[in-house]
Amino acid sequence: MKFLVCISNVPDTTTKIVFADNKGLNPAGVQFIINPYDEIALTRALEIKEALGGTVTVINVGGAGTEPNIRKALAIGADDAIRINAEPTDAFFVAAQIAEVVKKNQYDVILTGRESIDYNGAQVAGMLAEILGMPGVTVATKLDIAGTQATVEREIDGGKEVVSLSLPFVASAQKGMAEPRIPNMRGIMTARTKPLTVLEAVASEMHTASVAYELPPAKQACKMISPDHVSELVDLLHSEAKVI
Amino acid sequence: MSVLVFAENWEGRFKKSTFEAISYAGEIARQMGTSATAVVIGNASDEDMKALGKYGASKVLFLKNDKLNTLEPGVYTSILAQAAKSCEAKVVIISYTYTGKAIAPRIAVRLKGGLVSGAIALPTGLNPFTVRKKCFSGKGLTDVVVNAEVKVIAITPNSYKLNTGTGEAALEALAFTLNDGDLKVVSKEIKKSSGKVALTEAEIVVSAGRGMKGPENWGMIEQLAEALGAATACSKPVADMGWRPHHEHVGQTGITIGPNLYIAIGISGAIQHLAGVSSSKVIVVINSDAEAPFFKAADYGIVGDAFQIVPQLVEAVKRLKAAHN
Ligand SMILES: Cc1cc2nc3c(=O)[nH]c(=O)nc-3n(C[C@H](O)[C@H](O)[C@H](O)COP(=O)(O)OP(=O)(O)OC[C@H]3O[C@@H](n4cnc5c(N)ncnc54)[C@H](O)[C@@H]3O)c2cc1C
Ligand SMILES: Nc1ncnc2c1ncn2[C@@H]1O[C@H](COP(=O)(O)O)[C@@H](O)[C@H]1O
Repeated sequence: MKFLVCISNVPDTTTKIVFADNKGLNPAGVQFIINPYDEIALTRALEIKEALGGTVTVINVGGAGTEPNIRKALAIGADDAIRINAEPTDAFFVAAQIAEVVKKNQYDVILTGRESIDYNGAQVAGMLAEILGMPGVTVATKLDIAGTQATVEREIDGGKEVVSLSLPFVASAQKGMAEPRIPNMRGIMTARTKPLTVLEAVASEMHTASVAYELPPAKQACKMISPDHVSELVDLLHSEAKVI
Repeated sequence: MSVLVFAENWEGRFKKSTFEAISYAGEIARQMGTSATAVVIGNASDEDMKALGKYGASKVLFLKNDKLNTLEPGVYTSILAQAAKSCEAKVVIISYTYTGKAIAPRIAVRLKGGLVSGAIALPTGLNPFTVRKKCFSGKGLTDVVVNAEVKVIAITPNSYKLNTGTGEAALEALAFTLNDGDLKVVSKEIKKSSGKVALTEAEIVVSAGRGMKGPENWGMIEQLAEALGAATACSKPVADMGWRPHHEHVGQTGITIGPNLYIAIGISGAIQHLAGVSSSKVIVVINSDAEAPFFKAADYGIVGDAFQIVPQLVEAVKRLKAAHN
């Protein structure tokens, strides 16, 4: 079974966000990590591979600066990696690049994270499925494969739903699908020699562009209420904040 | 050339997020000098569909088919694409719910459009078409320009006010042929969440963390939620230890919510927790530690022992509700 796991390179969640001239993130001092949901997807792919056999390839659309995190994915256990050398500024562009690789290499299962924590778009998985004409399941909390059939549990607004579908397909991972693995020493050693192929981007349209950034308005200082006057809180929520 | 809006329903009932999406579409349509057309897939009643007119839909295109009561993303996309074509829609509005997340990217590709997901307000401009959304899990805001001819916007629930007018929408059945082979994602089982109020749609959420000491102490949390008509949520360790079900876990690795009121009890306010709740309009924090980081993100706070405060809060809420009924 051939897995392709899409990984994006995002600022660590504890990063203090600073914009440079409101034109984009100021990367100074920012630690970049593999998008947490992508690590979940990667781990599930490895678990299934270990049970059923196959290969796990990771792919990233990004500049050379993402390679440390691609190597980390190899250290966690992926067999090989592809980097498409382009700045990922539009989800359609990213999906078009990944789709091109899928068409050439015929993967059985394509996994992404449910969203990347930088632009919170939740776009790439659905776009990939559509471009490739494959069935897709988004925000999946469980994934099992038997033969050519997959059983997937996904979040729905009133709970969860179990669905079945045939390979090949695209799914986006949500917490629950697996517990992310931490690379061990052997993994880190072997990662250095695993293949990382760099490809140039294919021509594709870009449908969107982020043109300006700003920080959300600062929160007003928290209004403290004495623990001896709890009912005052209820009055304020009713008459001042008007939320109850 | 109308504005198309997907009117999501759950077991035939429309949700508040749907009314918001229609209100949003109606206002964009007004600005563009056109009207809004809603698409309903599933078994909503004629009455409920006509009532979508109140929020700004002049027309409802509907498709009733028992096989489509649950989401099949590819098929839903085909239906929306057909509807978009029939009214030459250049703008498509979808709620940024789980269903919306599944279909918005697909419809954008199908219509060769550009997608802004998680929009939080009306477009700041129609030419260029610019929409504001949150980024970096709520730590930033960005303005996104859509360059493609078709614009698809997935609007964050609870971020746009309801339009409440009077009109009635005209109903029109969509002629769509569904072949059995089209259903590629087959529904096997629905597991409804136990809470009375669905977390992602709740206007008020009462959430508790490790400060509650153990699952046996959640009675007061549930009483507070019940008194407020709220959903319950929890921090990650609480779900990891099995004190509460995983579907209640909010934060970076759990569910992201943006209710009108979020009450955090015995939760320290780690950045990963805040990532899932910082879009809440009003945040109340109850914590015994005055230095808990959550107070920095809060609007109202009480420093004190939850075991003393929460029962008093329940009583105070009940008194308020009684006085206003
Ligand atoms: C990659 C990653 C992802 C994560 N994702 C998430 C996530 O999605 N969601 C999430 O919640 N966490 C997440 N975490 C964990 C997060 O960092 C915190 O550890 C967690 O949120 C802490 O939970 P807590 O506030 O319930 O517990 P604690 O940090 O232990 O805080 C308990 C609080 O209760 C207070 N308290 C104690 N007794 C009382 C009392 N009697 N009355 C009132 N207050 C009392 C204490 O003062 C303290 O502030 C993640 C961590 C990592 C590394
Ligand atoms: N630049 C990228 N390279 C590879 N995969 C990506 C990239 N951007 C997003 N993805 C994948 O798509 C998922 C959803 O991202 P997004 O649509 O940006 O929220 C991520 O969790 C990744 O799996």
